[in-house]
Amino acid sequence: MAEIIKLMQGNEACTMAAIAAGLRFYAGYPITPSTEIAEMCSEELPKVGGRFIQMEDEIGSISACIGASLTGVKAMTATSGPGFSLMQEAIGYAGLCEIPVVIIDVQRVGPSTGMPTSPAQGDVMQARWGTHGDHPIIALAPGNVRECFELTFRAFELSEKYRVPVIVLTDEVIGHMREKVVLPDPSSYTIPMRPMPESPEGYKPYAADPNGGVPPMAPFGMGYRWHCTGLTHDENGAPTSKPSVAEALTRRLYLKIENRTSELADYFAEQLEDCDLAVVSFGSSAMASLSAVRRARNEGYKVGMLRLKTIWPFPTKTVKSLLAHAKKILVPEMNLGQLALEIERSAGCGQPVIRLGKANGELFHPDEVFAAIKEAL
Amino acid sequence: MAEFLSYFRRDRLPHIWCPGCGNGTVTGALVRAIDKLGLDKNNTVIVSGIGCSSRSVGYLDFDTLHTTHGRAIAFATGVKLANPKLKVVVITGDGDCAAIGGNHFIHAARRNIDITVIIINNDTYGMTNGQASPMTPRGMFGTTAPYGNIEYNFDLCELAKAAGATYVARATTYHYVLLEDLIAKAIMHKGFSVVEALSQCPTYFGRKNKIGGAVETLNWIKDQTINVKAAASLPQEKREGKILIGELYKSAKAEFTEQYLELIDRLREADPSYIRNEGESGCELNSD
Repeated sequence: MAEIIKLMQGNEACTMAAIAAGLRFYAGYPITPSTEIAEMCSEELPKVGGRFIQMEDEIGSISACIGASLTGVKAMTATSGPGFSLMQEAIGYAGLCEIPVVIIDVQRVGPSTGMPTSPAQGDVMQARWGTHGDHPIIALAPGNVRECFELTFRAFELSEKYRVPVIVLTDEVIGHMREKVVLPDPSSYTIPMRPMPESPEGYKPYAADPNGGVPPMAPFGMGYRWHCTGLTHDENGAPTSKPSVAEALTRRLYLKIENRTSELADYFAEQLEDCDLAVVSFGSSAMASLSAVRRARNEGYKVGMLRLKTIWPFPTKTVKSLLAHAKKILVPEMNLGQLALEIERSAGCGQPVIRLGKANGELFHPDEVFAAIKEAL
Repeated sequence: MAEFLSYFRRDRLPHIWCPGCGNGTVTGALVRAIDKLGLDKNNTVIVSGIGCSSRSVGYLDFDTLHTTHGRAIAFATGVKLANPKLKVVVITGDGDCAAIGGNHFIHAARRNIDITVIIINNDTYGMTNGQASPMTPRGMFGTTAPYGNIEYNFDLCELAKAAGATYVARATTYHYVLLEDLIAKAIMHKGFSVVEALSQCPTYFGRKNKIGGAVETLNWIKDQTINVKAAASLPQEKREGKILIGELYKSAKAEFTEQYLELIDRLREADPSYIRNEGESGCELNSD
């Protein structure tokens, strides 16, 4: 075997990565601009002993994925803004019940139906806080087609390892853009596995060490006979309204991910060490941003670039240290300032944060970002 | 008695239901049906949604899945398709199944996926204190129908049949023996099977409608029903306004997960390297 060289689009790369990571169950509902993922899964999964089902809506899709995941298989769905909104309740269920599931959100212009075929990045906050209650979540944002593969594979690793829903936040341009991608030899992949209990004897489905531990997860149908409920539960899985148990559970779930923020932080950084201005972006907005930053450098401006690949948990400490030298921060994003809020709130060292928002369904042009850089300096 | 208790998580008892509630009767019927059939506890998954009826799964010693409101059948679809060898039973209520979960109900029926759905229909939302449900009869009262319900209710069995279910039956908590028998038949039917269990909520529905307590509500249910076999020989005027109980519909049609495995087999004819994965563990006792 050897490495694979292929011209492919982002949605295709996400699907290939998912199957490479062991995806064997996909449930979804057609929605632009994510539908290629469902189409490809419908074709490929039956060949590898997997299952594809087109559900009646996005609520049913994620619910079926959670049900499948409970039998021990890796499950995924893909959607875009309106469908992502519909999935939120079940994402909270997966968070509370600690069911691994991967959700690809190919963002498009909202709110509501918006502009279905145009890119946007308006789901940053929805990915974090779309469901109610304090819950764990991970969101990764690929910046090119190859990263669609890498980060979708990574999404499965994290979802299985930490028993948490993981969102891959792409957008219409990342999803549909075609690039030449060189992928590693498929035999070199290590299929991610969730922690499994050793025996049904004395199995407590939610017994974890208090320091953010992840309890082992028994698949249904293996003699463990455990209860999975969206009610606040004790370590046996029994519903409870005992304040001390509820508090401990919510904190464990939350800290399970928050305490791993630094190790989860993934980013691309360039020339931040001596910059007067740092441009911070993600996804397809970062492509134009990087181009503008390099042009500005060539023209003698001290500008650096930070592209976040991990959006949630927001890598506060990492970002703060990377931006320590920047005197100003510019945040281009295809929304009216969602990532910028996090930068202002947690990452800045008191530097002014300039929002370069866009909500018209068009990609940033490098000239726009370049002009904003010049104006800021 | 002792052998039936072995199907329960005894440390989770007593249950949360009101005195006189029908949920225990239906749960008991399910357990006895499972016992009679000799289903393997380790390969039977029981799924529920939200509401009083859906709390039953927490007391049962199986792999149990208490999901979000209305979505039990969608979760169950994932369980069954991922591992078709598992027996999958859904316990749901009239609000859970006919209102918020209506879409999943009809589409699971359309697919004819091998899941048994037991709908405990008590004509009301008991958990939230007696609001009108899609099954509240016209003219009856609820806490959100203080002047009488002006909406029409569903015939859930007709709906299931029209949507593609291949086994449809109805019983009541009064007709316990029939209920247990129909649940057993539904579980053994290959395809989407539905048993509607008319049940009493004395606390809210019975009281709000001045029917009385549990016994009076149970009698009120009984008096509205007529067995489908008896009905066949009765004149139309005697059947008027009556709810039919018994086995209402049965047909044979290819089942969804079986179709999926057949699809894989077709692909394997072209390329034998493809994998046919039927699921890791399974129920020895297969449906007919």
